[in-house]
Amino acid sequence: MDKLYESQKLAIWYFAVAIVLFGAQILFGLVGAIQFVNPDFLFGVLDFSIGRMLHINALVVWLLLGFIGAIYWFLPQELNREVVGIKLGKLAFIILVAAVAVVVLVYLFVQIGPGDIKTLWFITEGREYIEAPRWADLGIVAVALVVFYNVVATVLAAKKITGILGVLIVDLGALFGLYLAGMFYTPNISVDQFYWWWVVHLWVEATWEVLIGVINAWALMYLLGSPRRLVETWLYIEVFLVFGTGILGLGHHYFWIGTPEYWLGIGGFFSAMEPIPLVAMIIHAIYDAGMHKLKTVNRPALFWLFANAFGNFLGAGVWGFMQTLPQINLYSHGTQMAASHGHLAFFGAYVAANLTILYIIIGELRKRGLTPQKGILYVLDSKAWRYAYVGMIIGIIGMTAALLVAGFTQTLQERAIGGSTWQAYINAQEHPWFKEAMLWRLGFGIFFFVAYLILIYDILTIKPVPVKEEEVEAEAEVIPEKA
Amino acid sequence: MKIGWLEVTVASIFIVVFLTLIFSRGAHWLEPRFWKKAAIFSGIIMSIFLIFLTFDTHRYINMGGVNVPEPDVINNKISYVLDPAKGYYVPKIGEQEEFFGKIWSKEEAAALIDKGKLTIQSRNCMDCHTLLGNGAYYAPDLTKAWLDPKWEQLIMPVVNKPTKEEAMAAWLQNPDKYPTWTRKMPNLKLTEEEAKAVVAYLKYMSAIYTNGFPDHFGVTAKQ
Repeated sequence: MDKLYESQKLAIWYFAVAIVLFGAQILFGLVGAIQFVNPDFLFGVLDFSIGRMLHINALVVWLLLGFIGAIYWFLPQELNREVVGIKLGKLAFIILVAAVAVVVLVYLFVQIGPGDIKTLWFITEGREYIEAPRWADLGIVAVALVVFYNVVATVLAAKKITGILGVLIVDLGALFGLYLAGMFYTPNISVDQFYWWWVVHLWVEATWEVLIGVINAWALMYLLGSPRRLVETWLYIEVFLVFGTGILGLGHHYFWIGTPEYWLGIGGFFSAMEPIPLVAMIIHAIYDAGMHKLKTVNRPALFWLFANAFGNFLGAGVWGFMQTLPQINLYSHGTQMAASHGHLAFFGAYVAANLTILYIIIGELRKRGLTPQKGILYVLDSKAWRYAYVGMIIGIIGMTAALLVAGFTQTLQERAIGGSTWQAYINAQEHPWFKEAMLWRLGFGIFFFVAYLILIYDILTIKPVPVKEEEVEAEAEVIPEKA
Repeated sequence: MKIGWLEVTVASIFIVVFLTLIFSRGAHWLEPRFWKKAAIFSGIIMSIFLIFLTFDTHRYINMGGVNVPEPDVINNKISYVLDPAKGYYVPKIGEQEEFFGKIWSKEEAAALIDKGKLTIQSRNCMDCHTLLGNGAYYAPDLTKAWLDPKWEQLIMPVVNKPTKEEAMAAWLQNPDKYPTWTRKMPNLKLTEEEAKAVVAYLKYMSAIYTNGFPDHFGVTAKQ
């Protein structure tokens, strides 16, 4: 590839903003972690509710920015042509970033409003994960439509569609369409939460997972040269399993919100099956990597791809399964067990995937201008990415483990024994197991932030190093082909 | 019609498998075509089941439905009792009682509940508390907060109000003045009208039938 498509330049901008928001996410998370240990920290200035909202919203937005960036990066490569309507795409990006900035400033400095519909339109909707005020919702929908238009119009102009693109178009349509389900007000909290989960669950546990399948398909073809037929077949299997289990798996959010009892069975059964596609994704990644004996020109990207496969399975699959059956969920629901699951799942499933694509982009950018030499391969590699990689994984596992201990303490002390009251809540929060866990969480949170700083350093400095082709081959031949 | 979870589960899976096998006739199971059909039918069939179940669920979750009361439930005494047949606790809507010193008409109650919900959203309650178990974990779950013994035991004497609802409204307007432990609730500048509406919402929410969540609220294992 000689020159960058305009669309790919836009992808770089998407990732630049995404990675900054990643840092903001960690910082607001640290504020919350400190408040669990010392409740007076920033009390009345940046209360837990505000910091926590920023922590989660920064996460959602930076992941989405990364996904969109990944689409803009791979789309022209897939179709061998510039993306149609790219000027509109750039305009949408600018509007999106400006809107995000305004929303964050309002969150920080206005924070709350009077209890009327105007607050919902201009300050906050007060619904966890999708707190963004209604005007910003409309903006998000408009930007989403532009991205959708870019993809569809480019496919039409190229007069060519691949299996991956087919899945992408259907999935984007569903992903953006579902957001509309979160854009209404009702005084009925049961109806409110019923459709709120359509957005939250059907994003995170269905359409986002499929989008990751699409992005990973591209990543595997790029990193390992996996054949398209194989990658597409796996993608179909993943879509089959994700939609087959995830759509009715939505029922595991309908246990306790006023919904009928049959959701206990339906939600319990299908959500218990939800880890299966994640196992399929692991098998896929490992099989492909094994077939190619880990030979790649982009080491950090390949390793983040592994972190993605394993993290998705462990965090989303195992940690989710742990608390998904109604018989345990009756006690564990709404405790730190959910936070434990959330941390590992989002890191494994989505953060790792975005970092994979980020390193692919960096590898492509920095290898330009290098003169190809016979027998020499340029491999994107450095020391720093290893420290950032291992540091982040240790940090997230530490936080997850600590929150799990805190969650078990709450589940047993507050819920099962204490009867869930105000005082039972306080007793569990004051329990030495809980307090100690919160200290550990803060420690690993700081550790994670340091790893993030190393990641930033590495992103700015990493470059391809020349390696003799035989050495890459030799490294790949650790296991003798004929025993 | 009463829907059973097992019938739904078996039927949805059966239809997906059946249609996949019919429409991918002739394809080897390792071919992309086979799994493409499987993906299409799992997406479509599961979505159809979800929409069908959504219609049925509305019979339960609409106000005045099977599980969710009308707003004027705030005029009734509410308790949480063990249903031995189910093996879990269910809300019991009892005799009429005054709420803030009066009986509220249907329209008044609906307006109050609406104000309560708007206030709860505008103050981001959900980013510290859980409601119906959903939200953040920095403060207690509010699903059955109306029934919490602490209001009578601690808050009523502290804020010096004669009824539970008045004590709750008074406390909610100045939670930072009456801390119950080291972690304080910030003052969210609730007006008196908003505080009353939030209390009404908490009472209304405690009457929702939640399949036994949270289990044995207010009853410790020792008792």
